[in-house]
Amino acid sequence: MSKIIDRSADIGEFVPEKDDDILVCRCEEITKGEIRKAVHMGLYTMTEVKRFLRPTMGLCQGQICGENVRRIIAKELKEPIEALKETTARPPVRPIEMEVFGNEVEKL
Amino acid sequence: MNTSDVLIIGAGVVGCAAAYYLRKNGVSVTVLESDMIGNGGSSRNGGGVRISGRDPRELGICAYGVKNIWPTLSEELGIDVEYRQKGYLVCGYDDSHKRLIKDRINTAAKFGIKMELKEEEEIRSLYPYVSEHVTCAGWTPSDGVANPLKTTLGYYIRARENGARFITGEKVLCIEKIKGRARKVITESGNVYEAESIILACGYGGRKILNSVGIEVLMQKKLEEVIVTEPAPRLFDHMIGGMSGFYGQQTEHGSFVLGSSCGRETYLFNKSNTVSTYSAPSFICDSIGVDIPALKKLKVIRTWSGWIDRSYDAVPIIGNIEEVPGLFVSIASSGHGFGPGPAVGFILSELAQGRPSPVDISKLHYDRFDYVKYQDRYFVSDVGGSFS
Repeated sequence: MSKIIDRSADIGEFVPEKDDDILVCRCEEITKGEIRKAVHMGLYTMTEVKRFLRPTMGLCQGQICGENVRRIIAKELKEPIEALKETTARPPVRPIEMEVFGNEVEKL
Repeated sequence: MNTSDVLIIGAGVVGCAAAYYLRKNGVSVTVLESDMIGNGGSSRNGGGVRISGRDPRELGICAYGVKNIWPTLSEELGIDVEYRQKGYLVCGYDDSHKRLIKDRINTAAKFGIKMELKEEEEIRSLYPYVSEHVTCAGWTPSDGVANPLKTTLGYYIRARENGARFITGEKVLCIEKIKGRARKVITESGNVYEAESIILACGYGGRKILNSVGIEVLMQKKLEEVIVTEPAPRLFDHMIGGMSGFYGQQTEHGSFVLGSSCGRETYLFNKSNTVSTYSAPSFICDSIGVDIPALKKLKVIRTWSGWIDRSYDAVPIIGNIEEVPGLFVSIASSGHGFGPGPAVGFILSELAQGRPSPVDISKLHYDRFDYVKYQDRYFVSDVGGSFS
């Protein structure tokens, strides 16, 4: 069961930070500042930030930046990182050509 | 402080849009969501915004959205929802498909919607990326695509900003009547919320909530699966679907989002969390490779799945419920609820304010089923009807 979150609860104002323009998600080129701003727009879960801004949605599927994205969101919500649910890991683990993926049909 | 003018159960595209339009009119709104914002069908769909191939009963709502909401939605929300009206190509492979496309053209014509049959020669010159396997096609220029994630979250962000109260992780168990009118909602955590009107806009879970006020809706769950590719140079702008059952688009981002369902697991999958099955993504890749060979070398980077909450006639249930005054529902979108979603949200917001719907929704009434007749259809899939 998900925990109850009142989305109108006050998490404070967005305060710019010096390293806001640093790239966090390299595949989709999303900065730390963009992720922090998204939290202040009301996106309080990792999945919502992912769906709106696309961090962890690129070629590596968050295998490189996932934990950093999670940490940034948790910090913005003033919560421990463990309190923030990770996004669902989606197959395939490595990108696979459609043709190769489709060949599996013969074995099914 | 758990009282508001309107209470919305479900923060999907319909619930978030309804909240947005209610706030625009200054109505106080609370939205209760069991999971998180837009984690059901609202985020799990191909992004089609389509009028063609619709049942005549729901055509009015779809057309209302395409005419009055979609063209200006990005501007209104100040968030790019990536809507583009570049048409929809439905690929057919034999004469039976050609007949089906002709039927759809006739239905569309009755409602003033332009849809054309493309013969083989024209397909080769207009859509060179489609394989020779495709021998006929239906083309609807007024159809389009949008980004479901940004649409749903866009409505949420602006509704919240304008003062709608959203509570996520709050699972509704039942609705209670006071003096015959839907008035109270009780959640799993024991919280009680009250409102003048209640909008129920959920997926399959809504069935149980409706049962709590003695209402049954005929629907079942079906698994639908999608593959997402790496971004690629622009190949086409339009929505594409095939009589083999797949549908999809190349998004603004450049990746292809292509979906379908197949096999027994479509109906028998019984996990509470939607995950990709072992076989479906491979079948999708195989069948797309046949229709659009240019995509064969593209890499799949992600697969996902979602529920289709299918009513027994595969047409959504939308509107008020006479037996429970004050309750307005949108349920069983049957796998094609994203396109009309914003319009449905708007219509429900009007109903909840005591105003009439701007389009006729009387044929989408929950009580339209002949229960005995539809019992036999429980496991029968609609032929070629799984386009989203």
